[in-house]
Formats: sequence, structure tokens, C-alpha cells
Amino acid sequence: MPDKITVRELAKAFPVRGGSLAVLDGLDLAVADREFVAVVGPSGCGKTTLLNIVAGFERPDRGEVRMDGVPVSGPSPKGIVISQQGSVFPWLSVRRNVTFGLNDFPEEERRRLADHYLAMVGLQGFENAYPSELSGGMLKRLEVARALIVRPEILYMDEPFASLDALTRFRMRIELLRILSREWHTCLLVTHDVEEAVHLAERIVVLSDRPAKIQAVVNVPLPHPRQLSSPAAIDLKEYILRELGVEAVAARIAP
Amino acid sequence: MKRARDLLAAAGLIALLVGVWGAAVAAGGSPIVPTPWQVVLGMVELAQQGVLLRHVTSSLFRVTTGYLLAASLAIPLGIVMGWFPAVFAAVNPLLQILRPISPIAWIPLAILWFGVGDLSPVFLIFLSSFFPMAVNTTTGVHTIERQYIRASQNFGVSGFRLFRLLILPAALPHIIVGMRISLGVAWLVVVAAEMIALNSGLGFLIMDSRNAGNRYDLVVASMVLIGVIGLMLDTLMRRLERLREVSWRYAR
Repeated sequence: MPDKITVRELAKAFPVRGGSLAVLDGLDLAVADREFVAVVGPSGCGKTTLLNIVAGFERPDRGEVRMDGVPVSGPSPKGIVISQQGSVFPWLSVRRNVTFGLNDFPEEERRRLADHYLAMVGLQGFENAYPSELSGGMLKRLEVARALIVRPEILYMDEPFASLDALTRFRMRIELLRILSREWHTCLLVTHDVEEAVHLAERIVVLSDRPAKIQAVVNVPLPHPRQLSSPAAIDLKEYILRELGVEAVAARIAP
Repeated sequence: MKRARDLLAAAGLIALLVGVWGAAVAAGGSPIVPTPWQVVLGMVELAQQGVLLRHVTSSLFRVTTGYLLAASLAIPLGIVMGWFPAVFAAVNPLLQILRPISPIAWIPLAILWFGVGDLSPVFLIFLSSFFPMAVNTTTGVHTIERQYIRASQNFGVSGFRLFRLLILPAALPHIIVGMRISLGVAWLVVVAAEMIALNSGLGFLIMDSRNAGNRYDLVVASMVLIGVIGLMLDTLMRRLERLREVSWRYAR
């Protein structure tokens, strides 16, 4: 199967006082159609920059990104970003938020799709509420529904659940997997949460410190629903943590 | 309960001030400075003659006309300036030079261009309310958070839909602040404008009362009225801030 996303020789530096800071320096990555890839790396290693470039919001200094073989020149509804800070519009009702991306749809169709996707994420009955009346988890589900309603080919997720409390975060992962099982998309997740990556992804790309290089690639051969406390999952987590240089874990498992 | 207590305290302070005023006039024995009671009688006299309503409506008419004219130009200009950096770069320096010029300084030119009728004060109101609205609208559009702009780009929303769903509602809280400031300034300016070469309006009433036999009771009565109407206009504008379309800004 041809790759959905190909990233080749990507380089990006940001100007800092007295020079420039290389964030990416020759990164290659390929994501297959309908594959769920997670990119994990230490804070500030350039994960977000990578995602912003792949999604078309930033231009690389060198290298290129292709979607279906076509160079990416800017953002498009084919790949929707869900980020940590969230971008649900506080001035629009839940219904108007979820239909935001439906540009040229007749009103009736818009209504039908809104009902369908709001029900899918469990927000039926909240159509006329405003975002300030929703909890953090509900806002995230609204954002997911708003993304899915335009039938994107790719979901880009940048620490999507990092702002939520631990329990809600865990629920959201299960919720996301349930939704994706009905409408599978190509997914590129960027996170520093190793457990989240092991829970969700089929393949995990571990990045090094700045400038980010691929340190390791790990396949996650576990079937869903995944038992995060299973020995296989724990082994994976510890392997990735070791790759990320978390020595304490390595010391504990190898006495 | 708290509201009642606040109201009582405010009314008490005003009553205290009026009391001091009355006592000071009695002690000073000035034949010109009116007592609070004389001011009340003056207001009743004006109301009975029917001139009060005429002056108030003249002033309000001028404010409304100039203000709405300014809003219809300043808000669109602010939106364009806020959204297009090139327009901002071109227009903002001019705006910042014109803005600090007091509207009062335009009075001679206003009379030269528009004569001594209604048009001069309307022009001055227009000038004075234009800048706060233009500046605040620009700020409102400038400060739209990046994640919202990115989401709009991501979904490919553009043109009028972008304006209706993103730009206008996101900037509306700032626009309303600008509208409120402008109305306050407009009310200040109309009184000043009417003091010169007009024959109606609250500003005229003040000057006329003084010129026609030192009726300082009527001067102060007009001043009180100007203050009360100003407060009413501001209360009206504050209502706008409670609209559901903008309450998101204050909800958190």
C-alpha cells in the first residue's frame, strides 16, 4: 500500500538571539494509509514543529512533506489538527461549533450530520449549550466530533488530552479508540505520554533530543482492547522510556 | 442585600456632598452660587417651560447621528485594519496622529466647513467617537487567538463565513468596549460643541443661562442633567456586554 504521508529530509531551525536553533535536522518518516503512528519524544524536541509542518501550518527550511504523493503547501480539511490547548470556539454553540467545517452544505444536511456526530461522541442534548458550560472532557469530544464531521483522511493530534485530568484522559483514549473503530482514519499522534502512545498506536516513533532524529521505531502488536498492565505492554513502555533516556527505569528492571 | 447596601452608600455620599454644598453656600452668602434647592426649582422651571425636553432631544439627536455615522465607518475600518497587516501599516500612523487632537480643536474648522447649524456638532461627535471604535475594533481582531485562526484555516473556512463565524464574534467584546468609550466621549463633546454658536442643546442651555442674567441655578441644573443622562447612556451600553454573544469573554 502506498504511504499516506511521507516526510523526507525535513529540517527546520528557529532564530534565537545570536544564531539559530535547529529543531529538526533531516528527519524521515512515512505513515501508511489508515495507520496509527505515535511520535514520542522529550519536551521541546520538536514534535510539535514536526506536526505543524506535516499539517501545513509551518514551512520547513529543507525537505518536503507529501500527502498521497502530492507536496503539502498549506493546511487543508483533509488533515484536521486536534491540539492540547483546544480550538473549540467559545462564542459558538455546540451545534455551530460542530458544523463549523461544513462549508457548502444545505441546512438540513448540516443538521443531520451534527446530530449524528454529536451522538457519536455522547453530546446529544447539549446542542444549544455554549463551550463555557462544558467540562474539559466534553470540549475534547466536541473537538473530535468537529474534526470527524468533515470526513478528514488524517487526524493530527498534538498532545490532545494533555490538559485533562488523569481519569478523563484515560476515558478519552478509550472513547477515541471506540470512535475510530467505526470510522478509521490515518492518525499521527504527537505526545510525551508513553502510556498514551502504547495504548493507541500501531507504531511508535521515538525521537531524540533536539535536533530531533529518529531514535527507535517500535511496533505495537497488541490487539485492542489493550491491557496496559499486561507484561507485553509494560515491556514496551519500559523499552521506550529507556530509549528516551529515563535511566531510573532501566536501573530498576536490570538489578 | 449587598446591592442594597452599595446603593445606600452611594446615595449617602451624594447626599453628603449636597449637604456640604448647601451649607457652604449658606455660610459664604454668595448671591450668585445657587443652593441645591434653587437648582431643583430651576429644573422644575425649565421643565414647565418645555425648553428642557427640547434641549435634551437636540443634544441626543446630534450625538446619535454623529455616533452612528462613526460606528458605521470605524468598525468596518477596524476589522479590515485588524485582519490585513498591510492596511494596518498604511492607515495606523495617520490614525495615531489624528487621534490625540482634541475634538474641541476642530471647532473652528467645523464652523468654517459646516456653519453653525446641526452639522458642526454632528461632525465633532463623529470625530470624537470614530477613534475609540476604530482602535478597539482593530485590537479585537488583532487579539484573536492563534488556535482559532488556525482551526479556521484547517477547515478551509473563508470569505463571509469566516467573517460571520470567527472574526466578528471574536472581536465583538472589544468592539462593544469601543462603542461604550465612544458614547461617553461623544456626550462630553456635544456639550462643549453646543457652547459655541448654537441655539439649542444642553451646552447652549448652560451658556445661555449664564449670559441671560447670571441664572447659575439653571447652569447647575443643566450640569446635573448632563451627568444623569451620561450615566443612563453608559448603563445602556453596559447592557450590551451581557449579551450571550459576548458573555463568553467574561464567563471564565
